[in-house]
Amino acid sequence: MVVNRRSFLRVTALAGGGVMLGLAIKPKASAQFGPGAPAVPNNFIRIDPDGTVTIMAKDPEVGQGVKTMLPMLIAEELDADWKTVKIEQTDFDDTKYAMQFAGGSLATPFNWDPMRRVGAAGRQLLISAAAQTWKVPEAECSTSAGRVHHAGSNRSVGYGEIASKAAAMPAPDLQKVKLKDPKDYKIIGKSQRGYDVPKIVTGQPVFAIDFTLPNMLFAVYQKCPVFGGKVVSANLDEIKSMPGIRDAFVVEGKMKDGTVAENDPGLEPGIAIVADSWWQAQTARKKLQVKWDEGHGASQSSVGFAQKALEISKQPPAKTLRKDGDPDGALASAAKVVEGAYAYPFISHAPLEPQNCTAHWQGDKIEIWSNSQIPGGGRTLVAKTLGIPEKSVTVHMQRGGGGFGRRLTNDYMVESAWISKTMNAPVKLLWSREDDFAHDYYRPGGFQFLKAGVDGSGKIVAWQNHFVSWGDGDKPAPSSTMGATEFPARYIPNYALHNTNQPLWLKTGALRAPGSNVYAFVIQSFIDELAHAAGKDPVQFRLDLLSNTPLPAPAPPPGGGGFGGPAFSAERTRGVVQLVAEKSGWGKRSLASGRSLGVAFHFSHMGYFAEVAEVSVNAEKKVKVHKVWVAADIGSQIINPGFAENLCHGAVIDGLSEMMGQEITLEGGAVMQHNFDKHPMVRIAQAPEVEVHWLKTDNPPTGLGEPALPPIIPAVCNAIFTATGQRIREIPLSKSGYGWA
Amino acid sequence: MAFQLTVNGRSSTVDVPADMPLLWVIRDVLKLKGTKYGCGIGACGACTVHLNGKAVRSCQTPVSAATKGPITTLEGLSPNGTHPVQVAWLEIDVPQCGYCQAGQMMSAAALLAKTPKPTDQDINAAMNGNLCRCGTYIRIRQAIHKASEIATTSNLKKPSEVAVGQSGAQQ
Repeated sequence: MVVNRRSFLRVTALAGGGVMLGLAIKPKASAQFGPGAPAVPNNFIRIDPDGTVTIMAKDPEVGQGVKTMLPMLIAEELDADWKTVKIEQTDFDDTKYAMQFAGGSLATPFNWDPMRRVGAAGRQLLISAAAQTWKVPEAECSTSAGRVHHAGSNRSVGYGEIASKAAAMPAPDLQKVKLKDPKDYKIIGKSQRGYDVPKIVTGQPVFAIDFTLPNMLFAVYQKCPVFGGKVVSANLDEIKSMPGIRDAFVVEGKMKDGTVAENDPGLEPGIAIVADSWWQAQTARKKLQVKWDEGHGASQSSVGFAQKALEISKQPPAKTLRKDGDPDGALASAAKVVEGAYAYPFISHAPLEPQNCTAHWQGDKIEIWSNSQIPGGGRTLVAKTLGIPEKSVTVHMQRGGGGFGRRLTNDYMVESAWISKTMNAPVKLLWSREDDFAHDYYRPGGFQFLKAGVDGSGKIVAWQNHFVSWGDGDKPAPSSTMGATEFPARYIPNYALHNTNQPLWLKTGALRAPGSNVYAFVIQSFIDELAHAAGKDPVQFRLDLLSNTPLPAPAPPPGGGGFGGPAFSAERTRGVVQLVAEKSGWGKRSLASGRSLGVAFHFSHMGYFAEVAEVSVNAEKKVKVHKVWVAADIGSQIINPGFAENLCHGAVIDGLSEMMGQEITLEGGAVMQHNFDKHPMVRIAQAPEVEVHWLKTDNPPTGLGEPALPPIIPAVCNAIFTATGQRIREIPLSKSGYGWA
Repeated sequence: MAFQLTVNGRSSTVDVPADMPLLWVIRDVLKLKGTKYGCGIGACGACTVHLNGKAVRSCQTPVSAATKGPITTLEGLSPNGTHPVQVAWLEIDVPQCGYCQAGQMMSAAALLAKTPKPTDQDINAAMNGNLCRCGTYIRIRQAIHKASEIATTSNLKKPSEVAVGQSGAQQ
């Protein structure tokens, strides 16, 4: 959202007193509405006559802290009393709000400017109302904690008392409204507790799974273990005779077929079992006997994928995504050449709250209660699948027990909608944990075959990568592409990024820091290999590389994936590398016996992160990560520092889980890991101490939920190399016999 | 079958199959939604409750095995949200998504009841079965030490001093 000439403050008097303030955008003249198109209002602030300030939280909250953070921006500039501010989660409503989704670490960059301007304009409006009431100049009025003051006459008035009057004042110009000097911030930059935390610690029903409706039925949905497989026959009569079962039926599905599984391909085929309670439905499911037509995914296996990738690596690539200089020639004349074949697996998002959704079909319309990260996409999918207009689908937004990208697709929403319509009743669909592992949009695995050379002075002169990923020719599987500007592109004179895709019939999708969460592992590990080959210190080697004069940044390719992007700043990257080296005492202190340090950096989602891990590895390959230092440049302001630090801790720990033990494998097209015991997470004893340092630079604030993650994996792997001499080229580490100490 | 349960000090009779896990009785029969379903195999700890004062995984506890003593869920940990673990969780602002925290807090409360001043090793041992997908372990550890401090010193805060100012609004 950008405040521009088409934006204005929308001021609405409330029946019964008070005022509603919002950002409104006049649409560009359109064929649909003509030049006098109605404005789209975003109603963010309600001030009631009793002084209660309520701020609307429009984005999905899945643990990224946005429900608290966005209102902080408004409350700061409004000068509201944060302790009494109320926050309301809105429904999905694109006639009132814009861009209601949670993804790409975009909430901060999108909202930093407009939310503060809405708050500041509201404050200006309240000052105008008070000044007019008192017949004093506005310039003599000030505000604090929900009141306007006039020092000269020692008067003050609560926002609620003048809210109705403010509703009649001319709206200030959003583009010209004065914003606070950051040194005057009272809310932004101070750690504010998550708004829902008091409810969470007392066990109140705040999550989607907790939501109930009167007479609600419960459903499970059994899909084929192989993606897209269809039901041939099943013992439905037996299932229907079991206790509490209301119905059991085959859903043929309405899914896009093809050679690549698209994002949200539609309703997948399966069998719905609907019961009075979820436990009854789940118990009945255990007796289900289904004959499946598994379809064209059934021949796939992880072993086969790896063999095919190796074959591909020996052949010329299907295409070249980027080529600078003469990589072959430079490799031929390099002083040292290093080759590395890297691999990483499919993994599952596995947010702790299993996928669930409540739907209530009523006649010709449907209401949905969901923790989707992209409720608008869900509404479209439900409308299309049920054959009703989008306006007949209402989506209520509920807190999600984790997202990590899993809820950027709405498969469980469309399933619940279909079942509710079929039953003509309110239904809560709840997936079992096994359903979730078997039917995720997995983080794509991949293979990268690298070759690079350094010259006699230890400088990288050539780098080439054959990236073996997924897709059908030019049609890639979702989240499986690499951008042509991904570092170290532009910083090495002779550079080539080649790509060949192999076929895949499996859903793939964005997992926290998509692409980056594995590309950082490959790129920062291989840079480390080159540093050691060149006999250079790994930190200095990176700083030297970042000091090369870059080749010009091309325009981003249309639809090109990756977050390296032409916006990459080597200067900001050097800043965080230097800071993390300084804070970790890199090269400046003697380490305890058996310990080593590893370093890595990565740029994604507009954020610059460098991390150092202090690690020990024993003779039995048991790894202990003792401490991690994080240095981050996400701009001039950390909005909610306590929560930001918490997110960084979590990103490090999440990365360690991905590094050590998580892997989804296929046999006969079916996923072999069905619960947390086979796809393990880091536990408390393995969580390292984490120290977070912010490098504040004169840049607009950006997000951090995602970019904090990628560097940790290579930082630890590089430390393991220093400790053991064994280079890690494949994750998870458990495949090579490693485990946690 | 009818089973007599005492949950959070209230006695209830539930008519459910003997093998129905306590988790689903608590959530869907007694309508206490604080206790969470995460894995169904006792691998994540989200469903942790107290049975006879001991932390148990309610997804692995058939209702028939839960009739012999009092059951406590997060809703019953204190009458007004002022158990030292709850106060510490608020003060340290532990949760990210918050979904695992009911189980984390019940495991922590059981630990502190037995070991009022736990070491980091005690915490590792007692909390090993509770997964946090968001990775809030560092704060969980801090909060357990804080709760221990609150419970074992005269520092015990009165409810009015606990900043719960924003708990009233509806979602």
